[in-house]
Amino acid sequence: MHATTTHLGQPTSERTPRNFRWRVVDIVVASVIGVASGVIFWAWGLAWSPLSAILAFTPGLEGLLAGGWLFAGVLGGLIIRKPGAALYTEVVAAVVSMLIGTQWGFSTLIWGIVEGLGAEIVLALFLYANWRLGVALLAGAGAGVAVGLLDTTFTSYAALDFGYKAVYFVSAVVSGTVLAGLLSWLTVRGLARTGALGRFASGREGSRAPSAALS
Amino acid sequence: MPPSSSFTPARDPQIRAVQIRARNWGWRHAGRHNQAVSGLDLQIEPGERVLLLGASGAGKSTLVHALAGVLGDAEDGDETGSLLVDGRRAAEARGRVGLVLQDPDSQVVLARVGDDVAFGCENLAVPRAEIWPRVRRALAEVGLNLPLDHPTGGLSGGQKQRLALAGVLAMQPGLLLLDEPTANLDPGGVIDVRDAVVRSLDHSEATLVVIEHRVEVWQDVVDRVIVLDPAGGVLADGATREILSSQGERLAQAGVWVPALPPRFPTRHPISHRQALLSAEALAVGRVPFGRRTASVVAEGITLDVCAGTATVVTGPNGAGKSTLALTLAGLLAPAGGTLRASDSFAAGIKPAPHRWRSKQLLTRIGTVFQDPEHQFLAASVRDDLLIGPRALGLSVAEQNIRVDELMHRLRLDHLADANPFTLSGGEKRRMSVATVLATRPRLLVLDEPTFGQDSRTWQELVTFLAELLDEGTALVAVTHDAQFVSALADEEYRLGTPDPIRLPAGAL
Amino acid sequence: MSLLTPTIRPSVVARLNPVAKLAVALTVSCALLLSIDWVSAGVALLLEAVLLLWCGLSARQFWLRTAPVWIAAPMASITTILYGEDSGTLLWQFGFISVTEGSVQLGLAIGLRVLAIGLPGIVLLATTDPTDLADGLAQVLRLPSRFVLGGLAGLRLVGMFIEDWQSLTLARRARGVGDGGGVRGAARRFFGPAFSLLVISVRRGSKLATAMEARGFGSDEPRTWARPSRVGAADAVLVGIGFAIAGIAIGVAVSAEAWSFILA
Repeated sequence: MHATTTHLGQPTSERTPRNFRWRVVDIVVASVIGVASGVIFWAWGLAWSPLSAILAFTPGLEGLLAGGWLFAGVLGGLIIRKPGAALYTEVVAAVVSMLIGTQWGFSTLIWGIVEGLGAEIVLALFLYANWRLGVALLAGAGAGVAVGLLDTTFTSYAALDFGYKAVYFVSAVVSGTVLAGLLSWLTVRGLARTGALGRFASGREGSRAPSAALS
Repeated sequence: MPPSSSFTPARDPQIRAVQIRARNWGWRHAGRHNQAVSGLDLQIEPGERVLLLGASGAGKSTLVHALAGVLGDAEDGDETGSLLVDGRRAAEARGRVGLVLQDPDSQVVLARVGDDVAFGCENLAVPRAEIWPRVRRALAEVGLNLPLDHPTGGLSGGQKQRLALAGVLAMQPGLLLLDEPTANLDPGGVIDVRDAVVRSLDHSEATLVVIEHRVEVWQDVVDRVIVLDPAGGVLADGATREILSSQGERLAQAGVWVPALPPRFPTRHPISHRQALLSAEALAVGRVPFGRRTASVVAEGITLDVCAGTATVVTGPNGAGKSTLALTLAGLLAPAGGTLRASDSFAAGIKPAPHRWRSKQLLTRIGTVFQDPEHQFLAASVRDDLLIGPRALGLSVAEQNIRVDELMHRLRLDHLADANPFTLSGGEKRRMSVATVLATRPRLLVLDEPTFGQDSRTWQELVTFLAELLDEGTALVAVTHDAQFVSALADEEYRLGTPDPIRLPAGAL
Repeated sequence: MSLLTPTIRPSVVARLNPVAKLAVALTVSCALLLSIDWVSAGVALLLEAVLLLWCGLSARQFWLRTAPVWIAAPMASITTILYGEDSGTLLWQFGFISVTEGSVQLGLAIGLRVLAIGLPGIVLLATTDPTDLADGLAQVLRLPSRFVLGGLAGLRLVGMFIEDWQSLTLARRARGVGDGGGVRGAARRFFGPAFSLLVISVRRGSKLATAMEARGFGSDEPRTWARPSRVGAADAVLVGIGFAIAGIAIGVAVSAEAWSFILA
């Protein structure tokens, strides 16, 4: 019944035991990020109409705005680092933006699931072990591919000519890489420095300064 | 659902108090170099009431979290030795132990009062027929006579803490753990929570372990005091009176509020010529709610003058509008009625209404220290954050550095220059938020609850420092519940919430 | 927070199981997503409009909450008319813009579709309490309770965002960076508080997780439910109506030969 004993005073090398089961803190923080992102998604959705009108001089360029709805999954995946994190966070964000009220109604949920899968699949390909910048960018690109395919097939963009569909697809992927991939990665780094991620592996890498979480 | 009735249940035979045994127990958080707790040997008998004290870093919170079984597994840290709750490891004894934490907002799980209290019972698989009677009993015990579908969002801090306590009591635990439950509450809330705990313990006779640096609140409730040593193990352990007298000095040094050793008030050397800076005439204050146009007024008819070198203290009950008044005087909120004018020397060439001043114009005139220091953090290191004000003023780089270095030295922040502000301790955050505001040398300082939740050492430093500022000619407006702060510093007191706000020169209380 | 927690008046719709409402909105949306034509969208919209009379929202609430849809529909319509796939007689041309008979039809279809998909979703969810939805998802659909309740708890924390945001903005004004600075300043005024808000909420989330665990949450052992989520006859009727609307819309479109399957 006793816990395993370790020697005190030995240098602490982070042998992170890779546990893929979600703890309660994983679920709650992923939900918080999801809900916060959902509010941002909703606001982005409001801004989308005027912004896309501006970009509409070349139809298809509105794809550049798509990344604004993709960052939740990548952000959640990078912070929680467990299977399903990207999918869960993106879906929660989509549901929340839907609850508040968007013009896309229920399709928001379906889009959220597919977008989340786009990022999730990339992270899975790296076996949930690699969390560097390149992987973050690829995950963002993955989500961009997902939304690009969805939009050019099922929404009003399906009614465009093929050339414009291609423009949309490419700009969606670029947007995903930058807005969802790069921005999320930078955010996680910033968060880790504030000590807010003390209970996550993403917050402990390279941390040397003792922070005052629990005394 | 009908409102919970208030009846006092008899001693509950179902609750068995818990015994705690620690043998050479230690814990190291993952990612940290040092052990949080090491070599701990102690035994707490069922039904005992213990106050846990110690300097910060002694591991009190870690111990309490471990007893609740929420420290985590191998992913979160390494455990050594054994810590047994009723003969079993803490993580396996869920439901036998209840934990109430410090932050009222971070413990509310669900949106309705009844649902939140029922949450614990649901997790313990209590049959539905038994859940709601338990919920009503728990709410009655803590004195929250609210209907079960009352929204949890609108509750005060004291009410939220009592709600958290009710949620814990509904689980009928044999061990009640309280981690600084009253630190973030006003004096009224503190008493409410303490009384609620006492009432519930009289019924359940459960074991109690409470961490609090305000000893006065709990000294008559507990019979044993354990002081933890930051270097490991137990420093002192014994009856309340004994420990407080033998360890009193040491504890006070560590920041504990020992009743027999109150903090010393600084001596003031008030300046002679007190120039008027701001004057309010029949001022009405209020905030504009989200999505509306007009402000909802919370206080009106306020007439007061703020003069250089004087400390004006704003007091009053919760909800009377103290914070709103402070923010209005600071030029951050527009007045909802009446006038607020800056004197000519204070305005120095710009419009007399502070809320119309541009951000940069506020910097050298009014500095505001918010109740939550974290809301003021702008940069990724303490030094960079302090530089923001002087830089916005357009000072030369050399001058910026001189000011910032001087402030960091004066407020003992030198060793934290490169640390991220969010990683600082409570007292350090408070000192830093004061430093950031002083970097631009404002003539008026507005503080919202500056001593909230502070230990005695930080309190002492802050009050002494503010006295120095006053003697140098800075004006001070402080919103506070803290009666000691008022006695130490106030030249004038403005009490809100009474039909005609009273203006008392301090000393007339 | 008024945006997330709906104002629910006692009505038939409010008493229905949220899962049933979810199913209806999902069914209708899926059916309409399969084709872009004005017949199916129009028919669905008409039938929904009849249902929405019983939704339980006041007129003001209804228009306020569905405003985004009413703005988006004409915009989407216009975009499609101007840039959509061309077919039929050319009506007007200017640079990239080409308005043809076909694109006008498509534009109309898109506009009606946005309305037909958007309105019921918003209305049905606006009359649902999040806690009841969570109960329904966990008890009726048997989704894992850890995730459903964890998600609900996270939702609550966001309710504090508005106050925090106001405080953060005021603090920035007090620190001298509340105005000015041009575009960069404006960007900082958004991203700065947004980041602080993220830090504060992740912290709060961690503390809330500890509090929830301390109350026994998170183990795999079975739990009981204090608020039963029951599915009754009314819910079955609602789901039936949902399928009916979807079916009729598709049927009418097919018989009018206006149906154009997307994946074809």
